[in-house]
Order: sequence, then structure tokens, then C-alpha cells
Amino acid sequence: MNSLKLDENQLIENFEAKLAKNEMIEPKDWMPAQYRKHLIRQISQHAHSEIIGMQPEGNWITRAPSMRRKMVLLAKVQDEAGHGLYLYSAAESMGISREEMLDQLHTGAAKYSSIFNYPTLTWADMGAIGWLVDGAAIMNQVMLQRTSYGPYARAMVRICKEESFHQRQGYEIMNVLATGSVEQKEMAQDALNRWWWPSLMMFGPRDEESPNSEQAIKWKIKRETNDQLRQRFVNQTVSQVEKIGLVVPDKAIKWNEAKNEYDFGEINWDEFWTVVKGNGPCNKVRIANKIKSHEEGAWVREAANAHAEKNNKTKAA
Amino acid sequence: MNSQASLFQYILKIADNQLILGHRLSEQCSKGPFLEEDIACSNIALDLIGAANSLYIYAAAIEGENKTEDDLVFLRSERAFRNVLLVEQPNTDFAYIMCRQFLFDTYDYFFQLALQKSKDETLAAIAAKTIKESTYHLRHSGNWIIRLGDGTAESNTRLKAAFTNLWCYVEELFEQDAAELDLVAQGIAVDTQLIKSQFNSHIAEIMQTAGMEIPTGIFMQSGGKKGVHTEYLGFLLAEMQSVHRSFPGVKW
Amino acid sequence: MNDSQGILWEVFIQSKPGQPHKHAGSVHAHDNEMALQNARDLYCRRSEGTNLWVVPASEIVASSPEDIGSFFEPSNDKVYRHPTFYSVPEGITHM
Repeated sequence: MNSLKLDENQLIENFEAKLAKNEMIEPKDWMPAQYRKHLIRQISQHAHSEIIGMQPEGNWITRAPSMRRKMVLLAKVQDEAGHGLYLYSAAESMGISREEMLDQLHTGAAKYSSIFNYPTLTWADMGAIGWLVDGAAIMNQVMLQRTSYGPYARAMVRICKEESFHQRQGYEIMNVLATGSVEQKEMAQDALNRWWWPSLMMFGPRDEESPNSEQAIKWKIKRETNDQLRQRFVNQTVSQVEKIGLVVPDKAIKWNEAKNEYDFGEINWDEFWTVVKGNGPCNKVRIANKIKSHEEGAWVREAANAHAEKNNKTKAA
Repeated sequence: MNSQASLFQYILKIADNQLILGHRLSEQCSKGPFLEEDIACSNIALDLIGAANSLYIYAAAIEGENKTEDDLVFLRSERAFRNVLLVEQPNTDFAYIMCRQFLFDTYDYFFQLALQKSKDETLAAIAAKTIKESTYHLRHSGNWIIRLGDGTAESNTRLKAAFTNLWCYVEELFEQDAAELDLVAQGIAVDTQLIKSQFNSHIAEIMQTAGMEIPTGIFMQSGGKKGVHTEYLGFLLAEMQSVHRSFPGVKW
Repeated sequence: MNDSQGILWEVFIQSKPGQPHKHAGSVHAHDNEMALQNARDLYCRRSEGTNLWVVPASEIVASSPEDIGSFFEPSNDKVYRHPTFYSVPEGITHM
């Protein structure tokens, strides 16, 4: 059948023609090695973020201050596990195993969103995370529903649908605190102060310092740039802050009539790179926790394997 | 005790079991042996906490003191909790978690089955919803008992240790005090003595398939139903109630 | 390929009785029963289903993208297989 195979140039041409027509690339389609590599990195990083992201909120499930909050938070963190799983599956369709991806996470070869390297210190942080962190993530994920790789786009559609309650529950927590007692309001403002800037950092480096961005946009993996998404997030979040009587912790924040958007202050890029490079407040503990549960689960996975193999043998006999 | 008061206590016993076990399981969220099992355990925790919530709402109404379900969960102290000792035992390892789950799930399945026939319509209705969840829980933990018992030498040893150390809490599941027997006589409470043989035979069947032996010669512990707990519960409650109690009387 | 995460299974969900099963996604599991339960816990958390199929991913036989021409295009010009190919007098219904 080799005589029927297309040569590399034709393959690239077909691939680019598909992208031009906004058609999705599917797992068995031919794709450039760099496209595959870029996506494996991006999807697995996205999956790891969901999984590591379970920890800062998981911290508070046992302390949630009402039955309603307890159930909502547990369901939310569980969703994150599910979303990690959808994403791992999407990456697996590109030919990498979950084992390999976990290994990269545990050894530090793979990154995850830096936001989860900040500690959750009070109950209000559950509000701030749902509202701001999930809010920022949703901006990105809504865009990714139209990403060019089919399994990734489909995972995103499901994730966006399921996450629609995540941001609302966070804002609800903040609203109750901000309109509650003096101490509660302080707690809410403090959480906003700590999570505001890291949330803006979630969109990644400025466009001119984001070398992968251009290629990702050309391949239609990303449809908008880091700065565009960040600006949109600020535009829509400021009024939400004001509505519940809190203050954006940025003195430079100001509506710019001419540009029809908010001006905002400079992100502390030193802090950004410090956390990306692994020196954030919680980088080490997050990975150590992950490795611990993976190792403690080894005998369980082995037992399940052994049992399945014995059963298969009995059936074959 | 008048009958409203004993009904209130009875509902608390059922609710506290569900809450404390659900809470224990929720501590495991993000710590599972693999992702799918993590999600499964969170699901079960959510079922248990949800069932507890419905029961607390009912208990608060029966008590008639204008309290909410949250008052019952976050403002009662250790001695007022009525759960059995089994459900408050810690997550020592996955074998303990599944063994604790399997013993409780088996009891709870037959208990909810019987509670559906309660003359108290609210309890019967809550049980009718809960039984669907209990059925699934039992299927899930029963399967794990078989996998771990049959799996490797290590899993078998760990499971055996779990059964040996948790078996002392089995008898308490079936204990009934005078107030509860009174409710049994009125057709409201489940006569736990009548579900004991079903419990025993299901446990025996699964353990046999798993290649496990039922522990013998174990001295039985009890006290939870009277509010005399193991030391573990105090820590669990301290953690669970800390935020709620930090600013009394506010909304969360 | 039984790595320590179990094998990969594809999940198909029937959303209502009488409907066809549709592909929902994948799960890892070590055995049949676990695959069913994991699929239930992952893909039916929001009342999505009434019935589930799980199939080891390795057992699925798929056509390849290069086959798109030879497999599927030949049916494009067989319009006579569709009812709208035929004309019926105006006013005829139930046909």
C-alpha cells in the first residue's frame, strides 16, 4: 500500500488546508511532529493543572462552614479530577500514556498552572479561587472549545459545560462574606488582594515574551493571545468586584474611555518567573503530596492488576 | 424520653453515621490510588453527606427549636454525636477505607431497605432515595474487597489487618437502646436484630470470594450511639467545625 | 499493555431508553466491572445516561483518515437512496 501514500509536502499541504477551512484535526490524521509535540505539552500541562488544582481547594473540604458549601466544594473538586481525566484522555489520543504524563509531573519535567502554587489561607480563598481563578481559566477554556485538535476541543466543550457553576459558587461565597460581618468582609478583601495578581498572571507572559504563542495561533490551537484574554478578564471582573463592595488591589485601575477598556497596573513579572521556575510558596509541597498519594496507591493498582490477570486466565482456561 | 425526643435522637443516629463516614471519605479527595477511584470515592462521600443533610433538615424540624441542619452539624460537640465508632475510624490505608466502607455499606444497604417500610413517611421517603445509593456503594466496596483479597500477597495482608482491626466495631451497628426499641414497636425504627443475619451472610459470601476469613475471638467495642467515642472523633469535629464556629451567628 | 493505571476503555452512553449509544470519552480501569463503575462515576454525574457500554480501546477497529475518499465518497452520488430523490404529486402526505 506504500505506493498509495502521500509524500510529506502533500501531507503538510492537506493539513494546512484543513486548518484553513477550520476543520478539526483528528487523532489518526497526519500532523506535523511539532504540532503533536506542542499539543501534548499543552494538554498534559492543562491536565496536570486540574489535578494539582485539587489540592488548594481540597484543603478546605473538611472545613467548609455549612453543609451546602461542603457539598458544593466537594463536587467542584471532584469535577476537577474529572476534567484532568478528560484532558489526559485527549493527550493519550496523541500517543502518550497517562503513566508517562504522571511521571513527567512527578519529576518536574512537566509544568502546571502556577496559580496552584499559592497557599489557601482562609475560607474566603475558596470564594476567590472559584470566582477569579476559575473565571480566568474559563476565558481560556471557552477559546479552546474551538481549538484545532478534535479530542482537545471536545474535552473543552464538556469541561466548559460542567464548570459553569464553579465561578458562580465562588462569587456567591465572596458575596456572602463581603456583605457579612466586618471580619468576614476583611477576610474577603484579603483573599481578593492575594489572588488578584496571580489570577492575572494565569494568562501567561506578555505577548511579546511568549514565543510559543505565535505558532499556536497559526495552528489554530489558540485563537486569542495572552494579553487579549487578560484584558477581557479585567474588563469583566472589575464591575463584579465593585458590585459586592470590595476594592481591586491595583491603584492604576482606571476606565479608559478612548480604548473602551480598563487600564491596569504592571504585573510583577519577577514573581511570575520565580513561581514558574518552581520557587513559589507551595511548588514543593504540591508535588510531594502528589507523589505521596501515587506511591501509597501503588499496591492498590498492583492488586487490581493481579486480580484482573487471574480472572483473565480463568476465563481463557 | 417523649416520642418526639426519641425520634429526634434516632434520626441523629442515622444522619451522624452518614455524615461522619462521608466526611472521612471526603478527606481522601485528591489522595486516591488513581484518578478514577478518587472520583468514585468523592461520589460516595457526596451521596453520604447529601443523605445526612436531608436527615438533619428533618431532625431540626422534629426538634422544633428553630435550628437548621447546620446548627446540628457544626454546633453540637463530641458527646452529642450519635454515630457508631466504625465510621469515625481514620483512613489508615486504602484497605482500611474499603473495609470500613464494606462493613458499613453492607449494614446500611439492609438498614435502608428496611427503613423504607417505616411508618414515619419522611424517613421512609429518605430511605427510598438512599437505598439506590447504598446499593451502588455496596457493589463498589464489595468489588474492592474481592480485588484486594484476591490481588497480591501485600493487598491480602493489608486487607486482613484492616478486617482484624475494624471487626471490633461490627456489633455496635446492631445495638438498640430502650428508646429505639420503643420506636421499633411503633413501626418507625428498623429492628436491627432482623437484618443481622442478612448482614452476616452477605459479608461471609464476599469474604469467601475474596479468600478472606472472618476474624474470630475479637472483643467488641461500643459507645458511639451513646456519645462515647474513640479519640478520633474529637479531631474530626474540631476540623469540621472550626470555620463555622470562628464567628458565631454569621451567614456563610 | 496493563500499565499501573489499568487499560484504556472507551465509554458509550445511552441518554434515554430507545436512543443509540453515543461515544462519551475514555476511562482507565483494571477490569470490566471497574470500567463500568468508573464510566458511571465519570460520565454520568449529571444524569446523562440510562445505559452504558465500555469497550477496551484496543478492541476498536477504526477506518483510517486516508480512507475518506474510497470509503465514504462513493455514496455521495447515490441520491436515489434518499426519499427526497422522488417526486410525488402535490398534496400527498403520510409518505
